Amino acid sequence: MTTTTTTPAPVYDPARPWALHPRVALRPESFGALAYHFGTRRLSFLKSRTLLSVVESLSDHPSGLAACRAAGVPDEALPAYERALATLADTGMICERVA
Amino acid sequence: MTLAAPDTGFRLVDRFEQGLDAPICLTWELTYACNLACVHCLSSSGRRDPRELSTGECKALIDEFERMQIFYVNIGGGEPTIRSDFWELVDYATDHHVGVKFSTNGSRITEAVADRLAASDYVDVQLSLDGATAEVNDAVRGEGSFATAVTAMERLAAAGFVGFKLSVVVTRHNVGQLDAFRALADRYGAQLRLTRLRPAGRGADVWDELHPTADQQRELYDWLVARGEDVLTGDSFFHLAAYGDALPGLNLCGAGRVVCLVDPVGDVYACPFAIHREFLAGNVRGPGGFTAVWRGSELFTELRSPQSAGACASCGHYDACRGGCMAAKFFTGLPLDGPDPECVLGHGEQALGARGAVVAPRPSPDHSARPRRVAVALTPTHRPDRRCDERPLAGSALRAE
Repeated sequence: MTTTTTTPAPVYDPARPWALHPRVALRPESFGALAYHFGTRRLSFLKSRTLLSVVESLSDHPSGLAACRAAGVPDEALPAYERALATLADTGMICERVA
Repeated sequence: MTLAAPDTGFRLVDRFEQGLDAPICLTWELTYACNLACVHCLSSSGRRDPRELSTGECKALIDEFERMQIFYVNIGGGEPTIRSDFWELVDYATDHHVGVKFSTNGSRITEAVADRLAASDYVDVQLSLDGATAEVNDAVRGEGSFATAVTAMERLAAAGFVGFKLSVVVTRHNVGQLDAFRALADRYGAQLRLTRLRPAGRGADVWDELHPTADQQRELYDWLVARGEDVLTGDSFFHLAAYGDALPGLNLCGAGRVVCLVDPVGDVYACPFAIHREFLAGNVRGPGGFTAVWRGSELFTELRSPQSAGACASCGHYDACRGGCMAAKFFTGLPLDGPDPECVLGHGEQALGARGAVVAPRPSPDHSARPRRVAVALTPTHRPDRRCDERPLAGSALRAE
């Protein structure tokens, strides 16, 4: 693989619209899901089915926060989900979409 | 690998031990044919097996991998590039969303091949080298194999392939060369990968004299902790976790749970280090194909059930090392529910001493080109060159290897 020039990973902002990176595939598992990036060959584990729903539906919602709410993430769990999404943004698994 | 996780109160490793719908790491050996005859070959390769999967069967298997969402496969052998349909299969896999990393001794990495590889995002290469000098390497991999691998690295670097893997099996004779391996990888823009010597395949014949000594294991662990950042290990040194901190990785035996091996004739084994009928789960040619073997075979079902810690149950480090490597125990004649032969607390050595008349199982089948030699002169004439998660959000340094 030749290294592709990497643009700096965007910081996750829950108010912005997000989407799964087009080269990332998700495989549901009982604990949540595996996410694989075909470009970076990076593998991530999503440790809950709810997080999988959030990630799958990001592009249907005007913001990351809206996707979390629609998937039923309770307020008290929001910080943990936002940290998870920030990790996924940081590793290029999700990316900001042009609204 | 990265964990992206709200805190759901369970350890991922525990889930992995119960098995997944599809493997995370699948090794697929395409052929038993090889132009080398490395003394520690895990698959006792040499001669092609006439029953090897046809091109059509290989493609059907790739279709199955795609349906199961096996995102990438580690192709090996033998020397996989010897197969005349090798590139056809690589292209077929990547066209079907199955990424490929293949292991090679470098003998077929021509300039044209290097260019082709550099142009693909979906194919990764892993070059095997077991000494940072020709003397140490060639004693294990054969005369001229060091020069061959270096030429391949030169070609890959010249073609602009960045980040291919330089894969080293750590032995008694090269453990002092870790810095030199790292320098070699750096010189060619490669990433170093270190793995454990297993007593599997022909490795069973040479393990006694090639496996690192207890002191060397400690040296290796300290090196990995201090300088092992960005060094891949295929999670193979988890038995060293009992020294203290776990090394990056899942730190579990993934055999039949998240890992398996498909051999050239379609036999599915629990892991690449366990080519023996005892660990044979089925064959991809059987009814239901690979999917049925992975999801329903008796062996894999059993491996996914709670395992007994046996003699290790009372050890305070069991949670760290999980009893070590099943294959290493099996092929040294130790009970599977006891210590690893390289247990860092020395319990393995004691167990080996107490084996008495127990005869270690012989690896099977054997595709060696020549009858295997039981004793091999492996010591280089001169001394080797010495210069030479579980938090809500866990980010670990692991990559898909």
